[in-house]
Amino acid sequence: MLIIKDLNVSIQDKKIISGLNLEVKAGEVHAIMGPNGTGKSTLAWAIAGNEAYTITGGSITYRGRDLKELSPEERASEGIFLGFQYPVEIPGVSMTNFIRTAINEQRKYRGLQPIPAPEFLAKMEENKKLVGIDSKLTNRSVNEGFSGGEKKKNEIFQMAMLEPTLAILDETDSGLDIDALKVVANGVNKLRSKDNAIIVITHYQRLLEYIVPDFVHVLYKGRIVKSGGKELALELEEKGYEWLKN
Amino acid sequence: MEQIVKTMSLKEQLSDQFQRHRDIIGRNDTPLIAQAREQAFHRFMEQGFPSDHLERWRNTDLKRTLSLDYDQDIVAPALNTEVSNLLRCNIPHFDTFLVSLYNGWYISENGSWITRPDGIVIGSLAQAIKHFSTLVEESFARIGQATRNGLEALNNAFAQDGIFIYVPDHVSADQTIQIVSMVDHDRNLLLQNRNLIIMGKNSRLKLVHCDDSLNQQPSFTNTITEILLGEGAVIDHYKLQNINDNSSVISTTLFHQEANSQLSTHVTVLNGGLIRNDIYVDMEGENCTSDICGLYLVDKNQHVDNQVQVNHLKPYGTSNQLFKGIIDDHARAVFNGHVHVHRNAQKTNAYQSNKNILLTDKATVNTKPFLEIYADDVKCSHGATVGQLDQEALFYIRSRGISYDNARLLLMYAFAAEVINKITIEPLRLRMDDLVKKRLRGELSICDQCVLHCRTKENTVSFDIDMSKI
Repeated sequence: MLIIKDLNVSIQDKKIISGLNLEVKAGEVHAIMGPNGTGKSTLAWAIAGNEAYTITGGSITYRGRDLKELSPEERASEGIFLGFQYPVEIPGVSMTNFIRTAINEQRKYRGLQPIPAPEFLAKMEENKKLVGIDSKLTNRSVNEGFSGGEKKKNEIFQMAMLEPTLAILDETDSGLDIDALKVVANGVNKLRSKDNAIIVITHYQRLLEYIVPDFVHVLYKGRIVKSGGKELALELEEKGYEWLKN
Repeated sequence: MEQIVKTMSLKEQLSDQFQRHRDIIGRNDTPLIAQAREQAFHRFMEQGFPSDHLERWRNTDLKRTLSLDYDQDIVAPALNTEVSNLLRCNIPHFDTFLVSLYNGWYISENGSWITRPDGIVIGSLAQAIKHFSTLVEESFARIGQATRNGLEALNNAFAQDGIFIYVPDHVSADQTIQIVSMVDHDRNLLLQNRNLIIMGKNSRLKLVHCDDSLNQQPSFTNTITEILLGEGAVIDHYKLQNINDNSSVISTTLFHQEANSQLSTHVTVLNGGLIRNDIYVDMEGENCTSDICGLYLVDKNQHVDNQVQVNHLKPYGTSNQLFKGIIDDHARAVFNGHVHVHRNAQKTNAYQSNKNILLTDKATVNTKPFLEIYADDVKCSHGATVGQLDQEALFYIRSRGISYDNARLLLMYAFAAEVINKITIEPLRLRMDDLVKKRLRGELSICDQCVLHCRTKENTVSFDIDMSKI
């Protein structure tokens, strides 16, 4: 599904990722862990298509398409979703309309008619319940004045609405209390299917108790230095990252 | 009609015209008005047109405007069409009482002097000189004494007509009054009119004022509107400017507020070659409030300049300025917000904000928030920002599948919406909202669509994104 080969990514001539390889197949959940500043978020941005990050070498292909040739909006319409570590506030744009616009633009890209209003509303209701947010929030401007937890829930809400085939969650668990964490995990698990893949970027093993990964990778200095099963996360929790640095 | 000889500068031409036709220009004057006119003429001759040596004119250059030749009508021109053909408001559910200025001269289907059932008197300034001579004399005397710049003096020397509105004490207008200033001509035209709006004690008025041009011919409008708010009076004032790229408008609006009066004024600049709004608010009584808002969307080589001066003269006043603009191409925007808190204006609250988005590296903004405070128990704040569209927000929106163009539009619209949402007349807000969206999409042109009197049927604009519920 997602094949990353010998990827090199720079921001303003500073090399962040060098020679990263990763393959994610449909139905899999991958966790990416690693110390601060090793390129985890950069990897997420590069997949989603942030133009501030330049791919200087290697390739990212998603379902056979070279992502370098696609704009961020095209990548989204191809089914890639990025849950932001720091969701952006957009004053003046209502949540409801933002999400409807996004759904309809994605549908247009796929040659579909706009979503019928009743279907959209039903989906809104269902997903609001799923992540435990109410209409007060969805009637407000996107992320404006939301608490940290509400912003993260809102990312999961958007993911649930957009139904991506590949979801990348960049530290969605950071700053969440245990109840909010369960909500987030619940939302992710609902998306889990044999056709979809999920990449979870996290510092904590805690999240992985709720979203059980098939693979855990450790990113260090812009490369994956160790990969393993879910037990690797436990090992990291116990030993820290020091033992991998050598 | 007076054909102005080409070899002279505009100032010389105007001097020549005034001297040759002062009897015609002043044919309706009372002795006091005639005196104010003469004084103003001499002041204009001394001061001339404002140049960039004046602090308030540092960033607005009138050279291009003044380099053209203009005709100026000294008697009202004949209308070549029925009044009712010109005045047709097509804003749905927007019930207004319409009066109009056609090339600066009063026209109305209802005659030049009427008293409405609610007691409000509406008519031409020329008629007001007969019926309310003292009020008009006072206005001419006030402007005649002002020494701010030569343009005000020039208007005082030449202005003969305009809109006059009188709202008696305790009267609330049951209908929004709408002034449409249309410029329609096949020659370059200079027009100088004067509007005077008098509001009695505890009266209420909603007033919408639109400047439109009906063709692409250059024109130069130098207009003054004076609005006097009596004790406890409340006004909602809206101004919309949508004129052609070859035209200049210098619009001076002077608000005088007596105690407990409430002013809300809102200007939207959609199009124009050079637009300069001078807004003065004098809080002459205690406990006044004023909200002064503006939105400007400029592109190409357009120039827009909003100058606001709020004078807090008495205690317990509150003023709030919010101006936002989006500047594209080579366009330039200027904002100067001056709050002057006088020594005895204690307990003043004054806020000011000016935010700008530059869409290109050739677009320019000069912004100058300016607080001058002589009282010691006041709360004042100001802020100005100049920036680009938020790249992070742009990426966030795009990452959800929304195209670059629409993401940009969404952010621009969201930026503008804060000001549009201050409009409290709902049908007007919806129309302005629609116009701003069209403007941002580049689909608004003064030829095919202006706010009120569209000669062609309005095109239905469909957005790729439905912004109706934003």
